Amino acid sequence: MAEPLLRIEGLTKRFGGLIACDGISLDIGPGEVHAVIGPNGAGKTTLVAQLGGGLRPEEGRVTFDGQDITRATPEDRSRLGIARSFQITSVFTGFSALDNVALAVQAHAGHSFRFWRPVAGDATLEDPARAALERIGLADRAGDPAGDLSHGERRQLELAMALVTEPRLLLLDEPTAGMGREDSDRMIALLEGLKGERAMLLVEHDMDAVFALADRITVMTYGKVIATDTPAAIRENEAVRAAYLGTDEAA
Amino acid sequence: MSTPSPSRTPPPTWAGTQTARETANQIVLGFLAVLPLLTLAFDEPFYLELFSRVMVYAIAALSLDLILGYGGMVSFGHAAFLGVGAYTVGILSYYGIDSAFLQWPAAILLSALAALVIGYVSLRTTGVYFIMITLAFAQMLFYFFTSLEAYGGDDGLTIWTLSEFFGPISLDDDLTLYYVIFAVLGGCLYLSHRLVHSRFGRVLQGIKSNEARMRAIGYPTKRYKLLAFVISGTMCGLAGVLLANQAEFVAPSYLAWHRSGELIVMVLLGGMGTLFGPVIGAVAFMLLAHFLADLTIYWPVIFGPFLIAVVLFGRGGLYGLIGKMGGRNG
Repeated sequence: MAEPLLRIEGLTKRFGGLIACDGISLDIGPGEVHAVIGPNGAGKTTLVAQLGGGLRPEEGRVTFDGQDITRATPEDRSRLGIARSFQITSVFTGFSALDNVALAVQAHAGHSFRFWRPVAGDATLEDPARAALERIGLADRAGDPAGDLSHGERRQLELAMALVTEPRLLLLDEPTAGMGREDSDRMIALLEGLKGERAMLLVEHDMDAVFALADRITVMTYGKVIATDTPAAIRENEAVRAAYLGTDEAA
Repeated sequence: MSTPSPSRTPPPTWAGTQTARETANQIVLGFLAVLPLLTLAFDEPFYLELFSRVMVYAIAALSLDLILGYGGMVSFGHAAFLGVGAYTVGILSYYGIDSAFLQWPAAILLSALAALVIGYVSLRTTGVYFIMITLAFAQMLFYFFTSLEAYGGDDGLTIWTLSEFFGPISLDDDLTLYYVIFAVLGGCLYLSHRLVHSRFGRVLQGIKSNEARMRAIGYPTKRYKLLAFVISGTMCGLAGVLLANQAEFVAPSYLAWHRSGELIVMVLLGGMGTLFGPVIGAVAFMLLAHFLADLTIYWPVIFGPFLIAVVLFGRGGLYGLIGKMGGRNG
C-alpha cells in the first residue's frame, strides 16, 4: 500500500479507571473505506472523537498526510481535510437545510470577517450548497428549517455538510443509526457513490452496510484492536466470530 | 454545549412575522422622530429628557443583544462599557478637553480595548462561568472608579461642559442632543442589521446554536466570539458617551451590577436576537419603571411579576408578541 493518509499509532484514552482506547493502531490509505466494528462500549466512538479533535488522547500519535495532528484543534483538522459526522445528529436546527450546508461551504471559503454584504442569496455559498443537497437527495427540502427534517434526512444533511468541505477523509460515526430500512439503504447507496472519491472511517453496527462498503475492517473489543483485515478474511476470523459476529448473528 | 432540541423555534428570519414587525419598527422610529414636536406642543420638556435617556439605554440593550441574542454570550457585566464610555468623557472634560472629535474617538477606543481584554479572558469560559467572570470584571471597574477620589469617587463627577461639536450643533440644547442620540441609535440599528445578516453574523448565530459543530466544520470560533464581544462593548461604550452628555454627570453607579442586569432584562423583555426588540424592551422598561414609580414606591412588586409573565408566556418577548399578532401570513 502507498503511504497511508491517516496513521494511528498506540492511541490510548482513559476515563478515570476505564481504558476506552488501549493502544489502538491502524492505517487508512488514500480513498480507502475502513470500517470499525465491535460491540457497544468497545471504544469506537471514543476513537472517532479523538480523530475529530473533540477528545485528547493520553498516549499515541495521529498522523494525517504526513503531518502530526495528535494535538490539533477540530477546526485545524477540518481545514486539513478531515470531516466528521456526529453520532448524535447535530445540524443547526434553526437554520434552513440550505443555510446549514452554506455555512459549511463558508467555513472553507476564506475567513468570515465580512460584515457588510448579506449572506443570504450569496451564490458563491449557495450554489455549491444546492449542488450538495441535490447529490444527497435533499434538494426539495432546501428551504425548510433543519429542525423540521426527519431523522434520516438530518443524517443526510450532515453528510452534505461534511462533503462541501471537500474532505480527504470522512469520519462517519454510525451514519445509519436510528434509521428505518429505507433510509439506511439510501444512506448506504450514497456512501457507495462516494467510494473511491474520499477515504472513510466508518463506525457502524449495520453489518450489511459494513460488508457492502468496507475495503478493510478493524474489529475492536474492550478498547483493543483484535483484528484488521479484508471483509472476507474477517468473516472467517475465529477470534472475531467469538467476540462479535457470532453473538450479532444470534441476536 | 448540548445539542439543540428540535422543538426550538426558528430565528425570526422566517416568512410570516416580518410585516407586523416592520410596521412596529416604523411606528416606534416614527414616534421617536416626532416626539420633540409633541413635547413642544404640550409644553412637556421633561419627556424630551426621558426619551433621550430611553434611547441611550436602547443603544446599550441593542449592543448587548448582538452578543446575547446572536452569539449566545450572556454578559452580566455589560454596564462596564457604559461606564468606560461615560468616564472617558467625564475625565477628559475635567481636564478641559471638550472637543467631541477627541472625546468620542477616545471613548470608543478605550471601550474597545476594555472589551478586548475582558472578552479575551472571559471567553476562555462558557455558560455560568462566563456570566460570573463578566460580572467580576464589571465589579472590578466599579470599585476602580469608586476609588478615583480625584474624579469624585462614589459621588461621581459633574460635567460642566458637554462634548463640543462645531457651529450650531451644541449638545447643551436638549433638542439637538435628542436628535444626536436618535441619529446614533438609527446608525447602530442599521450597522447591527447589516452585521447580523452578513457572513460574520451567520457564523455568530451558528456558534450560538452549536459551537462544537462549528469547530468541526472548520471555524476557529473563539476569534469570532471575541470580535463580536469587542463590537458589542464598543457600541455600549458609545451609549456611555451619550449617557454622560445626557446626564451631565458620571458616577460609578453606571457600572453597578444591577445596571448590567437591567440591560439583560431589556433584551429579554423586548425579545432577544431581534435587534429591534431590545429597543422596544428599553422603551417599555424605562417607561414602566417611570410611571410605576410615580404610582407607588413599591413599584418593583408590580414590575417583577410583569417581567416574569412576559418572559414566561411571550417567549419571544414583546417583539415576539408583535410578530404573532401579525399572524402566520401577515
